[in-house]
Amino acid sequence: MSPAAYVFLAVILFAIGGTGVLIRRNAIIIFMCIELMLNACNLAFVAFARMHGNLDGQVVAFFVMVVAAAEVVVGLAILMAIYRARRSASVDDANLLKY
Amino acid sequence: MTHLLLAANNGTNLDPIYSKSLFWILAVLSVGAALTMIFTRQTVHCALMLAVVMLSLAVLYAMQGAPFLAFVQVIVYTGAVLMLFLFVVMLIGVTSSDSLVETIKGQRIWAALGGLGFLVLLIVGIGHAAIGSAAPQTAANSTDNLTGIAQLIFTTYVYPFEATSALLITAALGAMVLAHRERTAPKPTQRELARRRVASGHVAPEPPPGVYALHNAVDMPAMLPDGSTTGRSVSTAITQRDLDLGRDPQSDVTSDLAAGERIETERQIEAAARGRDEQA
Repeated sequence: MSPAAYVFLAVILFAIGGTGVLIRRNAIIIFMCIELMLNACNLAFVAFARMHGNLDGQVVAFFVMVVAAAEVVVGLAILMAIYRARRSASVDDANLLKY
Repeated sequence: MTHLLLAANNGTNLDPIYSKSLFWILAVLSVGAALTMIFTRQTVHCALMLAVVMLSLAVLYAMQGAPFLAFVQVIVYTGAVLMLFLFVVMLIGVTSSDSLVETIKGQRIWAALGGLGFLVLLIVGIGHAAIGSAAPQTAANSTDNLTGIAQLIFTTYVYPFEATSALLITAALGAMVLAHRERTAPKPTQRELARRRVASGHVAPEPPPGVYALHNAVDMPAMLPDGSTTGRSVSTAITQRDLDLGRDPQSDVTSDLAAGERIETERQIEAAARGRDEQA
């Protein structure tokens, strides 16, 4: 398959992830959708690396993976802290700064 | 897998038909799993669907000459990140299902429309861009994939790589700080615990279910020395399950008590009969 097919698959997955972030209200699922978007970006990076015939895209995808792992660790810890304080994982319930 | 790795080593795919069919299978699988992920209500199902997407992406990486990334994808994403997700889901998410009450009116519909519009926008934009076919190998990946990546990481990208290590340490420390809970009251000592227990009136541990009942089953409440039963010995989950199924949680108890009385009367009748025989 040409790299274009992979890029289109990445685009579809990215859009699905973005829609999930907008639709869902459970913070864990929103996090999973963000992971999906990051994965789609990685797929595009790898496809572009193959298109250009070098490895820079793969190295960037590797860095994205590392940053995503760090982000998940901190994000889930924040989620746990919020759940402990408010007994809910819904993003609608964290509204103390409203008004 | 060896097929894929061989293909990866060449930087090209082995057989066009082979790679094409594999691509379509994986594309349909991953898009379907991603759609299921954003529409299913159970958080655990979402995590499993995400695992499907990540594993199919790993195979797609391997098909595109990135075996190192494929393994990192399986080990880091599917192995570590997703397990972390599952841990948190088990800690907080299982009981908290998504509420269907919309705080913003028409949010779902507008979000779906926005996502669709975004998809169309991206596809049109990328459709206009000229994405060439796979380029021939350059000097960078003329050796095998792993060596090429290692050379790039430790020469061109050495500063980002070092920054990543700082980022990981910061993330680990941040997670520890956030997960740490400050103890507001001093830890109770053994003496205080014992005193609290005596003061509560229940010195002995609670009787486990089935003790001194006719059946030794978990849903049978324990029988107290005075012949009555105690419902506290049965797990609340079992009582709740009986209620969910429309059964009377006490039915087992009453039938058990009735059976006990029947056996007792039979025993008395037998004893009386035996007494008559001995007199005769």
